[in-house]
Amino acid sequence: MSAILPQTKPQDKPTTASAAPATTPAPPQAAAPAKALRLTIDGREVEAYEGETVLDAARRAGRDIPTLCYHPAVGRIGSCRVCVVEIEGARTLPASCVTPVADGMVVHTNTPAVREARRTVLELLLAAHPHDCLKCERNGRCELQDLAMRLGIRNARFRREKVHSEPDASSAALVREPDKCVLCGRCVKVCNEVQAVGVLGFAYRGTRSCVTPMFEHGLAESKCVSCGQCAKVCPVGAISEKEEWERVLDAIADSDLHVVVQVAPAVRAAIGEEFGIPAGTAVTGKLATALHRLGFDAVFDTQFAADLTIMEEGHELLERIKSRGKLPLITSCSPGWVRFCETFFPDFLGNVSSCKSPQQMMGAVIKTYYARKAGVAPERVFSVSVMPCTAKKYEAARPEMNASGVRDVDVAITTRELARMIKAAGIDFANLPDGEFDAPLGISTGAGTIFGATGGVMEAALRTVSEVAAKKPAGKVEFAEVRGLEGIREATVDVGGQGVRIAVASGLANAARLLQRIREGKASYHFVEIMACPGGCVEGGGQPRSCDPEIAAKRAAALYAEDGHMKVRKSHENLAVRRLYDEFLGKPGSEVAHRLLHTTYRSAEEAAPATGARKEAI
Amino acid sequence: MSPFCRAHILVCAGAGCVSSGCQAVYEALMNGLTAEGVLGEVKVVQTGCIGSCDLGPVIVVYPEGTFYQRVRPEDVPDIVREHIVKGRPVERLLHKRPNGEAAPTLAGIDFFKKQVKIVLRNCGVIDPENINEYVARDGYEALARVLTDMEPREVIDIVKRSGLRGRGGAGFPTGLKWEFASRVRSDQKYVVCNADEGDPGAFMDRSVLEGDPHSVIEAMAIAGYAIGANQGYVYVRAEYPLAVARLSHAIRQAREFGVLGENLFGSGFDFDLEIRVGAGAFVCGEETALLASVEGKRGMPRPKPPFPANEGLWRKPTVINNVETLANIPPIILRGPEWFASIGTEKSKGTKVFALAGKINNTGLVEVPMGTTLREIVYDIGGGIPGGKAFKAAQTGGPSGGCIPAAFLDTPMEYDTLVKLGAMMGSGGLIIMDEDTCMVDIARFFLQFTQDESCGKCVPCREGTKVMLDILTRITEGKGQPGDIETLESLGKTIKNTALCGLGQTAPNPVLSTIRHFRDEYEAHIHEKRCPAGVCTALVRYHIDADRCRGCGLCAKACPVGAIAPVAVEAEEAVAKAAGEEAISRARKRKVYAIDADRCQGCGACASACRFQAVSRR
Amino acid sequence: MAAAKTKEKRARLEVASRPGEGVGTCKCQGKTPDDRYGMLDEIIAKHKDTPGSLIPVLHEAQQLFGCLPEDLQSRIAKGLGVPESEVYGVATFYSLFSLRPKGKWTVNVCLGTACYVRGAAACLEAMKKELGVDIGGTSKDGLFTLQAVRCLGACALAPVVMIGETVFARVKPEDIPGILADYAATHSSEVAAS
Repeated sequence: MSAILPQTKPQDKPTTASAAPATTPAPPQAAAPAKALRLTIDGREVEAYEGETVLDAARRAGRDIPTLCYHPAVGRIGSCRVCVVEIEGARTLPASCVTPVADGMVVHTNTPAVREARRTVLELLLAAHPHDCLKCERNGRCELQDLAMRLGIRNARFRREKVHSEPDASSAALVREPDKCVLCGRCVKVCNEVQAVGVLGFAYRGTRSCVTPMFEHGLAESKCVSCGQCAKVCPVGAISEKEEWERVLDAIADSDLHVVVQVAPAVRAAIGEEFGIPAGTAVTGKLATALHRLGFDAVFDTQFAADLTIMEEGHELLERIKSRGKLPLITSCSPGWVRFCETFFPDFLGNVSSCKSPQQMMGAVIKTYYARKAGVAPERVFSVSVMPCTAKKYEAARPEMNASGVRDVDVAITTRELARMIKAAGIDFANLPDGEFDAPLGISTGAGTIFGATGGVMEAALRTVSEVAAKKPAGKVEFAEVRGLEGIREATVDVGGQGVRIAVASGLANAARLLQRIREGKASYHFVEIMACPGGCVEGGGQPRSCDPEIAAKRAAALYAEDGHMKVRKSHENLAVRRLYDEFLGKPGSEVAHRLLHTTYRSAEEAAPATGARKEAI
Repeated sequence: MSPFCRAHILVCAGAGCVSSGCQAVYEALMNGLTAEGVLGEVKVVQTGCIGSCDLGPVIVVYPEGTFYQRVRPEDVPDIVREHIVKGRPVERLLHKRPNGEAAPTLAGIDFFKKQVKIVLRNCGVIDPENINEYVARDGYEALARVLTDMEPREVIDIVKRSGLRGRGGAGFPTGLKWEFASRVRSDQKYVVCNADEGDPGAFMDRSVLEGDPHSVIEAMAIAGYAIGANQGYVYVRAEYPLAVARLSHAIRQAREFGVLGENLFGSGFDFDLEIRVGAGAFVCGEETALLASVEGKRGMPRPKPPFPANEGLWRKPTVINNVETLANIPPIILRGPEWFASIGTEKSKGTKVFALAGKINNTGLVEVPMGTTLREIVYDIGGGIPGGKAFKAAQTGGPSGGCIPAAFLDTPMEYDTLVKLGAMMGSGGLIIMDEDTCMVDIARFFLQFTQDESCGKCVPCREGTKVMLDILTRITEGKGQPGDIETLESLGKTIKNTALCGLGQTAPNPVLSTIRHFRDEYEAHIHEKRCPAGVCTALVRYHIDADRCRGCGLCAKACPVGAIAPVAVEAEEAVAKAAGEEAISRARKRKVYAIDADRCQGCGACASACRFQAVSRR
Repeated sequence: MAAAKTKEKRARLEVASRPGEGVGTCKCQGKTPDDRYGMLDEIIAKHKDTPGSLIPVLHEAQQLFGCLPEDLQSRIAKGLGVPESEVYGVATFYSLFSLRPKGKWTVNVCLGTACYVRGAAACLEAMKKELGVDIGGTSKDGLFTLQAVRCLGACALAPVVMIGETVFARVKPEDIPGILADYAATHSSEVAAS
């Protein structure tokens, strides 16, 4: 098998970088033990590590400092000045989120001067912010509101005129409301450094500053890949998903429609957070119950389609290896990644698996196989998906996604939107009994569950491919080497007695680095998994917003735990999937499967190969 | 050209004189000399700025040092015929002392008497486009000595012992800066010259670059050797095209002469320079913003630490010095640190160049030892205030500085005393203001400036300066409210304490210092709706003196808002009777004009229209 | 020999003392649009491998086209491999870059401190009135674009107004109409030529 691979120099190890290497402080457990420093915070001696900030040290010591522009997934910015502290000997009040710790430093986080400064800074920020919270999507879950409450703002002393900017609703996935923007810079940093997309940037300066795509164009005209990471880190209501849940309610209320819903794996690992359930709790049973109570006619699990994806993609991989086709094969589950590839790396489009994403496979199966089974015309089936993702909205709207003749997925809503629906319906989610997904498309395996975490698709594929290739059951179920949160991971795994080189990347800047290495011949693989969002779907752009630095790990752990408890953990052992093949599709890669479950890609016009992405990111 | 010259004519080609038309004078001179057939006996040099810019175009004729001012092309034949050919100075073009007496030579002019020229040693003396003239005045001697006789640490030691502090604003010790950068290990380091002279009202850096560019090149090479850098960048404002042209020319010449490039003076040390032209952003004078701009990005400052000495241009150790600072380096090397340290005061060594402008008789560039009092500069060098008006205040440090009122005229001009007064040295802009200057309006002017130039990154600067500006604008429009002064003070304090960079941290200075020294003017505006200096148009009222009014009506025609109308007044009138009859006096109605105070906008059009000085301003 | 040197020097000085250079004076005379795009591509190619070359390229592009419209910025972004939003961010950050075409000549009223205390604000008002535009606007006849600048470094001659490449010193508001009329009259041949 090695013969079919380009030769690789073994010393060329890929850099395993986290999402934002330049901005994330070295964690204490990093390979080289960081030097311990001692500083005093509010009279308590605290140990800290070189490279940490005063904020890191203070939070670890249980002294929370209010922040606004700082976000653990984005890194240090230092623009809002809300987190100022007093440091003895300093001329001014430094921002703790960007001030490195130093030995012997004496810090005060809550003095009258600090409180006054924070409050004035926040009042200034409110001077240019619309005071129409009641109508805002973030009302009640807004970081700016929380801050105003925490700092005890009772008076908005200042007001300044701001030039009004129309909201941008051009994108299928995202809505921008520039009037609400507080110019913190999180989205710009995410879009440029974490995702290497470079669509959002600052323009103009001073009070005219704004965050915008080039020439204030709408996102639809830009190279936006709809990943929604900007919406996930926005502290206010300036960027959010395009809300479509009201359309779902309308459809449910329409007696002519048969409304079907599918739920992606990552949703169950996060939606509980919206209802006060601790992060890292999988709420699969409650979720199924809630969807039934909302009035959906059938409640299906996208994990079924994930298993189906493995059947098709695994087949494609073995086929390409056998027939010496184009390698590496790159996964296609993440529509943000697919759009990124079409826009910035069109030379890799031939490597991307022709499989539709699980959402779209499910959509196609619902309006064909299921509709026939249920005796409903495809036009009367209203297909809803609940996704951790904003790019799924874009994907569902792609014109070619109509295998049954009508649109495969009618509405894709995010995890956050579903939470809003549940709240609006008055359902006490936290106290719901566990329910079940409906058969046949609600039946799934542990392999489908782990799709929600980075490395999960790879692991699920390996579980199936290694057995299919060996033509006998393999003992190995868990592939720990592909798990983890590093931005790029690689390994060689045994498939049917042969070494298969694989790589996993999450976050588009990491993807760009990996592709660049492949393009330059510095690395070669058989199979590559790429997810647009750092950490995979659990950290998708449609997931509940969180400032918890451990959030990705907690959500992923919930999925792996759920997988561990499943009886069936390999996609090819999913009996419902087998039945689908027996009754309808024939076998993986069949003509019917191709027509319904596969797709083609097109290079985005005018996109400059690779160079459109930030150079530094690559 | 014969080796012996009977006269040496320096034609100032500094930017001020270029603006005054020195090029035409130069051409007239060359034509005149040719016509008289003496071109071969005279050496004509176009020099950099001589300093006395308001007197331009300026010509100095040596050996006597005769100083001709405001020379027009039509004056040139006289100079050629009378002075050059016959040896008789042209009296009418000589500089006149305040007592009317002519000053025959440059040395006899008060403006030049108290000056000590180190930085400007070559400005106005040599042809800046001829490297030989620089070399003839010990140019590149210091670099040669450093490269052949000294270790880098010796160079740093000399600069440290000289006590030289940065001339760009804050006054950080230059030697220390070099030492920090020299200690960092790196494969690449940079020397950057900050020639982004942004302070509106300072132009010493411009004059040095235009009049003595090689001194900057030489100093940068020395800095490069000291810290271990072999690449330098000069960041020049785009508004200074002449400086860019002369510097580019000098760099080319220096390369030809082997004082830039590889293996300088056979020492094995390489050093080269590149010019980067700004694009109009004051904030780029801040060092981290400047570095961002050199990197081709928006000039947004970033938090320090890391300081540029550790992580600067392209994250490599970088020393950033301003033009004036660098121009001091070669003399320090050649004449020794003790010599330099003997000039100036205990904590501020050497000289400082001030750009003297505003309401002052002699404007231009002035180089004096640190510690020279403001009084000496204003009265002895500057020749006092025009029109016999009273000195009110001097603004130092431009938009980052503050004002010094008359009570502190005897303040020695040095870093620390200025800071104590709430002002700062800044880059050396020294704007003199007289009784006709409104201090509230000046504060508003500076804030408007910083507001326009704020990069918009941090909240205190972006929003805070805007709020302060709005309050100040209100006050100057007669809409001030009780409590405004206190709000300005508290906001100012917060902005100083919390802003990200030097621009924001110093932006409130002009407001705070004018409140400190001229609180009564603020109070007059707010409480009495009165502008004591008669500047703020909304508060100015015009009045027509009925006794002087001849009823011509020009004022009414000029008034843009129709606020002036005729009224009848009782007036004594002598009526002349026919010859022989007695002149009798009788009372009669006479038409005069009056201003409706409610409608008056205070524009002053009436005052300029009146030919009888009947309109006065209150 | 001296004369030759003088001539060379004068030529240099004239080029050097064009304060309008890089500020938006269109240098496109006699070039067809296609020529200019080709020249732009050459500029991009020349700078492509120099780190941090975006600002120099924008300067040269603006010199060539007079301003930086969208298609130019896209072309530069693509050519240099920089995200479009970054090009736009830089082009809008610096006040010397202009997204829209300017008038034939740019009128720069200096609002540096020295000029301000000597009455530049009144000159600016007079200029606005005379041209019938606000700062950044172009007069109806397309001749003059009004700009306020922060210090031309000619503080000794305050207040200063610069039109095209000519500096007017010690300007009074009442001088403005005459200054504009004279300038237009003496430079009108340039309009005809372009």
